[in-house]
Amino acid sequence: MSKPMYRVFRQRMIVITLLISFVPLTLLGYTIYYGFAKAYCQRVEQQMTARVTACSQSLDLFLEERKVILSATAKSGSLAYYNDPSHLRELFETINNQTGGGLVDLGVIDSRGDHLAYVGPYSLEGFNYREQAWFNLVMAKGIYVSDVYMGFRQMPHFVIAVKAGDAAGDWILRATIDPEIFARIVTTAQTGKTGDAFIINSAGICQSPSRFNKKEILAPSGMDPSRFGSSTTVVKKTTQSGLRLVHAGKWINNDNWLLVVTQDMDENLPSFSDMKTEEITIFLIALLAIVVTTVVTTGMSVNKLQERDRELEELNAHLIQTDKMAALGKMAAGVAHEINNPLGIIATKAGWMRDLLEEEEFRKSDNFKEYDEALQKIEEHVERAGKVTHNMLGFARSMEPVMERVNINGVLKKTLEFLDHHAQINNIRINTGFDDAIPEIMSDRSQLQQVFLNIINNAVDAIEKQGTITVQTGKNAENLVIDIKDTGKGIPDTVKKRIFDPFFTTKAAEKGTGLGLSITYRIIEKLGGTIKVKSRKGQGTCFTVVLPLTLSKKTIA
Amino acid sequence: MEIKVLVVDDEIDFLETIVKRLEKKGLHTVGVTSGEDALIKIQEKYYDVILLDIKMPGGMDGLDALKEIKSKQPLAEVILLTGHGTVESSVEGMRLGAFDYVLKPAKFEELCEKIAQAYMKKADQDNKIRKANIQQLLRFPGRVFDQD
Ligand SMILES: Nc1ncnc2c1ncn2[C@@H]1O[C@H](COP(=O)(O)OP(=O)(O)OP(=O)(O)O)[C@@H](O)[C@H]1O
Ligand SMILES: [Mg+2]
Repeated sequence: MSKPMYRVFRQRMIVITLLISFVPLTLLGYTIYYGFAKAYCQRVEQQMTARVTACSQSLDLFLEERKVILSATAKSGSLAYYNDPSHLRELFETINNQTGGGLVDLGVIDSRGDHLAYVGPYSLEGFNYREQAWFNLVMAKGIYVSDVYMGFRQMPHFVIAVKAGDAAGDWILRATIDPEIFARIVTTAQTGKTGDAFIINSAGICQSPSRFNKKEILAPSGMDPSRFGSSTTVVKKTTQSGLRLVHAGKWINNDNWLLVVTQDMDENLPSFSDMKTEEITIFLIALLAIVVTTVVTTGMSVNKLQERDRELEELNAHLIQTDKMAALGKMAAGVAHEINNPLGIIATKAGWMRDLLEEEEFRKSDNFKEYDEALQKIEEHVERAGKVTHNMLGFARSMEPVMERVNINGVLKKTLEFLDHHAQINNIRINTGFDDAIPEIMSDRSQLQQVFLNIINNAVDAIEKQGTITVQTGKNAENLVIDIKDTGKGIPDTVKKRIFDPFFTTKAAEKGTGLGLSITYRIIEKLGGTIKVKSRKGQGTCFTVVLPLTLSKKTIA
Repeated sequence: MEIKVLVVDDEIDFLETIVKRLEKKGLHTVGVTSGEDALIKIQEKYYDVILLDIKMPGGMDGLDALKEIKSKQPLAEVILLTGHGTVESSVEGMRLGAFDYVLKPAKFEELCEKIAQAYMKKADQDNKIRKANIQQLLRFPGRVFDQD
């Protein structure tokens, strides 16, 4: 996976984890809240229904009381009697005293509509009501309760009028009701900060002030009374400003008026916006904890994953490399064998020619020297080619080590013996510093010999003439350490990077194949060790081979 | 006495030349290209040293040929010619009674050296046997001649 892919993966994990933790929680919270809200709404509705019922009963009682008193009085008295203002005043005061007030004034009107007698704050004697709607209705029906209206007084009021008849003809006893007292009863049904109670008539006109709607008497209430049935009805409505209003209504006054109790459903319902700061803080801290935990754990697992993937990739690359090298090794071995046979033949043929050249007649030939030189070249190059195939086979054979107990000091001594003669010729001193306490290790003796031979051969080549090679062994807690130092020409930094590459050489074609160190590197890797080089141009080189004291699982596998 | 050498190698070019060179050195040399032919040859004649290529494609494998030869002519010394890939088989061959092995491509001088050593060993062996036979003939049971 590439870097951005890990980022996308990490983001996805975080989102999914957060969703998984939040969605059920939110659903649960919502369900609980919803259940609670529903129960709460039902309670509110019940309470409102109860209130509206109680209040409507009081209002009907209030009206009924006055209607009964007025009609009883009218029926038992006579026009002549009440036409006397002192009698009328007596009646007015009696009623108001007995019923706790409520009448503003009291008047007597004859069948022609003339106002005959009047007790009250206004002076209405002499007015004629024939043209007024209520007058005609009371004459027709016998008893009548008006809607609230302005009338001659230019004050909102409503009247209760009863018709009576005696010898002198029909007459009307009419009382004006104080809308204030009436409204006071209505307001008993109001609750809370926003609760409202008011009366409207069948046309939706306010018959009492509405506190919530800020509507005065006689203003249109904006409500549709037809939505309310004959018994107590609950109507829900959402206003434009988002308030959820509940209206409970009951018809009163012989279905002429509608008592409406209104309440904001959400007023007492706890909502999220009502949460206290500490609750919000706790909630936010919890939220933060969840988010942080999610991000951290996700980050950790994605990092782990990334690491795993990288390890796997490395392992894969290593396996592929090993495969490649094995294939290369097989091929090298095949090629070397194929070349070895013809080389052998060429060598013997050349030898045969040399044998013949020894004979007298050839020796005398003019071209003897030419033949001899040509043969020498053939032999030389056969040897050179032989060296290549030899190294290639060594390379191929570095593939599978054969483990046995090996004494490293012993192997080094053997290797140095090989080179002793050559070193002496070139004036090269060989110093050894062997630590006799190093233990035997499990390794491949012949491959190690090849390793040391390659390194020391290179050292000899680097010195050319006159110099010192120092070979030292030692150990630390886990490894054997072998240092091979020379005072040769050193390795320039540009070359250093490539010395372990197959076929990389700085030597003349007949001297180096460039396989020595690549074989060395592979062998040491196979044996579970490492090889490092330190070198300064012109000052010499030190190769350090580190071999494990005990084989790790990796090496065995 | 002439040293008799048998060379067994499937590579004819190599075989021919090596035979010629050994002849020129004064060795009585015969070349064959397979293990089977070698077995026929040793039935016909007695050889002191046998040069045997260990890896021969098709037919009899070098090590099998070695076993056969050793069972038929136990006194003939066998020098194995081996490539890099067959060094392990050569070691096995030594255990089966080969005198030595030479890595191909072999230097002719080295080869001659090895043949000489093998012949010396064989001759020595022959001597011992001859002496033992004489002892037997003279009926001196129990007496041992000092040989070295
Ligand atoms: N001790 C050393 N001092 C200086 N240069 C070195 C030394 N060892 C190795 N090198 C450099 O590293 C190169 C690669 O070495 P390597 O042994 O792989 O090949 P080579 O010696 O050139 O050929 P081959 O070993 O196959 O005959 C050498 O050509 C040389 O330039
Ligand atoms: Mg080298």
